[in-house]
Amino acid sequence: MNRSEVLERFNPQKDNLLGILHGLQNGNPNNYLTESDLKAVAEYLNITFSHVFGVVTYYTMFSLKQRGKYIIRICNSPVCNMKRSLSLADEIRDLLGIGVGETTGDMLFTLEYTECLGRCDVAPSIMVAEDVYGNVTRKSLASIIKKYK
Amino acid sequence: MKIRRGGIRMSNKTCLICQGTGCVSAGSREIHASLEKEIEQLGLSKDVKVKRTGCHGFCEQGPLVVVEPEGLFYAGVKVDDVPDIARSLSPQGEPLEEKPLYHDSATGNPITHYHDISFYNKQQRTVLQNCGNIDPEEIGDYLATGGYQSLRKALFEMSPGQIVDEVKRSGLRGLGGAGFPTWIKWEACQRAPGDEKYVICNADEGDPGAFQDRSILEGDPHSVLKGMIIAGYAIGARKGYVYVRAEYPLAIKRLEIAIDQARKKGFIGKSILDSNFSFDIEIFQGAGAFVCGEETALLASIEGKRGMPRPRPPFPAQSGLWGKPTLISNVKTYANIRWIVNKGADWFAGIGTEGCKGTAIFSLTGKIANSGIVEVPMGITLREIIYGIGGGIPGGKPFKAVQTGGPSGGCLPAELLDTPVDFDSLKAAGSMMGSGGMVVVDEDTCIVDLARYFVDFATKESCGECAPCRLGTNQMLDILNDIVEGKGEMEDIDILESLGMGIKKGSLCGLGQTAPNPVLTTLKYFREEYEEHIIEKKCRAKVCKDLIHFIIMPDRCTGCHICTKVCPVNAISGDPKQIHEIDQELCIKCGLCFEKCPPKFGAIEKNYGSKVMED
Repeated sequence: MNRSEVLERFNPQKDNLLGILHGLQNGNPNNYLTESDLKAVAEYLNITFSHVFGVVTYYTMFSLKQRGKYIIRICNSPVCNMKRSLSLADEIRDLLGIGVGETTGDMLFTLEYTECLGRCDVAPSIMVAEDVYGNVTRKSLASIIKKYK
Repeated sequence: MKIRRGGIRMSNKTCLICQGTGCVSAGSREIHASLEKEIEQLGLSKDVKVKRTGCHGFCEQGPLVVVEPEGLFYAGVKVDDVPDIARSLSPQGEPLEEKPLYHDSATGNPITHYHDISFYNKQQRTVLQNCGNIDPEEIGDYLATGGYQSLRKALFEMSPGQIVDEVKRSGLRGLGGAGFPTWIKWEACQRAPGDEKYVICNADEGDPGAFQDRSILEGDPHSVLKGMIIAGYAIGARKGYVYVRAEYPLAIKRLEIAIDQARKKGFIGKSILDSNFSFDIEIFQGAGAFVCGEETALLASIEGKRGMPRPRPPFPAQSGLWGKPTLISNVKTYANIRWIVNKGADWFAGIGTEGCKGTAIFSLTGKIANSGIVEVPMGITLREIIYGIGGGIPGGKPFKAVQTGGPSGGCLPAELLDTPVDFDSLKAAGSMMGSGGMVVVDEDTCIVDLARYFVDFATKESCGECAPCRLGTNQMLDILNDIVEGKGEMEDIDILESLGMGIKKGSLCGLGQTAPNPVLTTLKYFREEYEEHIIEKKCRAKVCKDLIHFIIMPDRCTGCHICTKVCPVNAISGDPKQIHEIDQELCIKCGLCFEKCPPKFGAIEKNYGSKVMED
């Protein structure tokens, strides 16, 4: 969906700001918001650019940097941690050659840590794009990632 | 249920397949598809219904399949088990006797029936009654349980004042964490002048270790929507928002479906059930900010601003969304309303303790045999939850602590296992109920490191508006980092305590006011662990990297070379079939070699002290 299609879905009301930003970011193949996106939103909602910039930089899910098509989020909460979620980052480095905060050369994956995903019952847990996986092991990790390639 | 069909007695069975996030991630979608296919092939489609449901709560055992009306319980179901399950459903079939039955965590014996499992039979599932028994994407299922009847009763048999009075008499307190009496908010909103008011459901569940709100939204979304509609009628609002964190895509999807179906049935929208009351509900998706769970920050977020809290008063009931009177409550609080309206305040007040009525819902996780979602009457003890329902610590290890209330709560030791679980008792012990996380830890968790995690969390999630929280939590984190790195000094403990008290008193919102709790409670109950880190430079759980080292035992190493391959920094040397050695200068103590060394050798040891002691 391009920018004007996203904007058309929302009335120009301030309470739609987060929704519009989600829409624009999801519509971008590189999962981020550009400066011209921010300017267009400011104009559409009749608010200042600095207001939009302030909001985008406040919430952790928005990015001003290009990211991969799929974001891999490793849960960093104590429960997942007890089940060794942090070592999954090492496994991903082996599999994809990227560390936390990095993107693969083909712009397919970006690796991030996230606060609790709320799947402590099946820890360790990761989220790829909008899909959540539990009881992740080295073996299952490889097959999960394969699905997105 | 036996029914007669064409003169032949047949049993009509229903297979409930959990489609909560936990079970889905364990493969329950595949189980559902495969069971439907098997049943069709066996020609049982007419007599056996296969139904997708929300979370049964016993997530760790997923994928779960329950067969009604017998109440048979199959756990950890694999696709290979499906043909056996399908055959057992035929009129001549017998319940399975071996896998995939659940095995009791204490005795190891297989258990066939749902109601014989201690995880379930010691609970009182009221709010969670429908979770796992209905298809959350089918409003018909909800209606069949008597759903939306309480809405009809509220709209046509009760005045707004009577509803507020019923909520007041029920003694319901806000289940988002603080336990504020719900009726006070309702009454304030109702009395507030004006006809533009809002009802908001706070589903920005962000406490690490808590996921019960997600389970309710995924398993029984209509119960929450209905609570909001009744609240709207009671206070005179026409618009509601459910604020859900973006990390919960399945909950958002099910809410969208539920709102759409409820609108088509006339429960949401203009002139609800042909009354003169109109109410609409919209979903608002967060974007990754923990502090938005604080009510004034949540309001700012909906208004399209940075989600930062503001001082109260004015309270949202006086001046909330767009400056209008606004009722904000947690998911569980709204889910309780149907029971109060349906069964009455006296019935509700009959559950729980003198000061805390109704049930409490917890996410029981960590080092516990049975983890999942648990609903119990207020006032039950921690011991009953952890040992009675949770089945204790796996492997018979000793219990060390239970962390309740996430970053706002605290860690309670074994001596306090008989503390009743309610708002006031947990607060008196220095912790809090919070939104319902309950993380059990054993001797493998370092208490100082756990407290450090929560302070680190608070520093990252602090919005930065007020200095005590922004600067104070960072100071606490610096000190805690020093302690876990073996650089702490005894005076650090006093500084942590005085800083903690200062942050509690001086911070603007609940995040800052409770952020020091994990440190303060652990200093109270586990002080000796802090002292060990500082004086002896010892981490008894062998977690803090700067206070441990790994060593390869020459007598057990066979030179299999596995450790050298997994070491990310090439710190292990040794030719194949030769004894290997770890270069302590290069080692980053990631522990991968320790984990990967085959148990039959067990050649790598984790020891106290930052380095190998010279003889």
